[in-house]
Amino acid sequence: MARKVLTLGEVRDGSLRNVSFETIAAAKTISEGGEVVAVLIGNGVSALGEELVKYGADRVLVVENEKLSQYTSDGYSQALLAAIEQEKPEGLILGHTALGKDLSPRIAGKLSSGLISDATDVEVAGGNLVFTRPIFSGKAFEKKIVTDGLVFATIRPNNIAPLERDESRSREVGSLAVEISDLRTIIKEVVRKASEGVDLSEAKVVIAGGRGVKSSDGFEPLKELANVLGGAVGASRGACDADYCDYSLQIGQTGKVVTPDLYIACGISGAIQHLAGMSNSKVIVAINKDPEANIFKVADYGIVGDLFEVVPLLTEEFKKLKVHS
Amino acid sequence: MNIFVLMKRTFDTEEKISISAGKINEDGAEFIINPYDEYAVEEAIQVRDAHGGEVTVVSVGTEEAEKQLRTALAMGADKAVLINTEDDVENGDQFTTAKILAQFLKDKEADLILGGNVAIDGGSGQVGPRVAEMLNIPYVTTITKLEIDGNKATVTRDVEGDSEVIETTLPLLVTAQQGLNEPRYPSLPGIMKAKKKPLEELELDDLDLEEDDVEAKTKTIEIYLPPKKEAGRVLQGDLNDRVKELVHLLHSEAKVI
Repeated sequence: MARKVLTLGEVRDGSLRNVSFETIAAAKTISEGGEVVAVLIGNGVSALGEELVKYGADRVLVVENEKLSQYTSDGYSQALLAAIEQEKPEGLILGHTALGKDLSPRIAGKLSSGLISDATDVEVAGGNLVFTRPIFSGKAFEKKIVTDGLVFATIRPNNIAPLERDESRSREVGSLAVEISDLRTIIKEVVRKASEGVDLSEAKVVIAGGRGVKSSDGFEPLKELANVLGGAVGASRGACDADYCDYSLQIGQTGKVVTPDLYIACGISGAIQHLAGMSNSKVIVAINKDPEANIFKVADYGIVGDLFEVVPLLTEEFKKLKVHS
Repeated sequence: MNIFVLMKRTFDTEEKISISAGKINEDGAEFIINPYDEYAVEEAIQVRDAHGGEVTVVSVGTEEAEKQLRTALAMGADKAVLINTEDDVENGDQFTTAKILAQFLKDKEADLILGGNVAIDGGSGQVGPRVAEMLNIPYVTTITKLEIDGNKATVTRDVEGDSEVIETTLPLLVTAQQGLNEPRYPSLPGIMKAKKKPLEELELDDLDLEEDDVEAKTKTIEIYLPPKKEAGRVLQGDLNDRVKELVHLLHSEAKVI
């Protein structure tokens, strides 16, 4: 059954987040040959519309308004609901990001629809659209279908591969004028803590430190390694609790869930709460002095040793590799 | 101030998960207040202590949630309400729970509603914002700080590690993020007092809801455990060689670099 599916392009610091392209790929599957319309909400964002087309959107609908320059649930829900009202889609896909997590339940509440949150995969099976999602912090998975109304889901970043970018692809980038009524929540201030370097939840490589890092200075070698690999630095709860780093870096059951291609755990014992945040990473490397550390049970490769010796050596080796390739 | 907390009973975070007959096996498992809801209970108590009023903790579930509601009362909440869906709802989803809670709350004239930003079992994080939308009140998710002055609220919100300072007004719904506070342990006198505090039990009938009104919009068709990961390779030999080997493996075998 061909469906019209809307997606939301997500803009951060003037550019599209990767998850915007991943939602288009998921929407293609769900559309079963129907139309994928990417909605772009903001102020002065229309130039980004063509990029959504290159990643597979069949049409782009831009909703611009000066009240939409920052995300607020009131502003964005009015914009997205107006797009839904006009397009009458059968499917809707958002990223399971801070924005998507905040906005999607409200849209579902308004439309009295179902919502499958944090899907890591979607496929057509036996005439159903079947979503896979982790439950119990990744200790189990469930397959879910929508039984009534709109097929609405949020997808976890870094799990559904975007379509290949097609430079020559050209489609309509239209606009929709929306009146935004008064916002009930006003953002007074934004304090940037996490924006240093690569976005942790979208990073392809994550270098994470635990208690074994011993101090905030102890994160320096990890940062250097992350720089060389174009990755982001993360941390275990232990490292955050010990004040070696900000909680914005925390990976785990409380904190962020990451699924990079490569996760290098340095001085992390591998408590179950931490594993919940990273065990679905594609390749896991553990570096720990304690050969009995739990982290080795989930690691693909392990080195028993002092991270302060191993990490700088690794950085040097990767530098050599980069020069050669 | 009239304060409500939305609370869920969940598996303890340390529990191993197993499956029997296509369902999560609950035999012998420890249950707790969802940790994020615990922050919400704590915050509600602190707001009440600073501004006066009453804290009511509400849970949608089965009789078994009474234990967690009593724990919340022992922490210092004033009243508890269990909306028992055991006889009426077989496979509810987030729509179901939100609809029931919104129906319960709609005539309560709540000034402040708190919940966790996500439950550690289902992990959807939908119920709070859905309820706010149904009640037509503003909401702020993943909060780490809450200040109330009259009917104004200043809220700090965690946004993937960055924070936003937001001004809004009551009535308001917020969902708690880690860092909001340090939930207290129930004291012994608290536990004794909790036994005498009111715990009301309601069913769908009492809320003028029919089973059809809350029928789920989604359905779980399969639950499974992730494939067990084989133990990885711990590299051996001289440290320099091990590091070289690791880089080679990541480049040529795993092909992630």
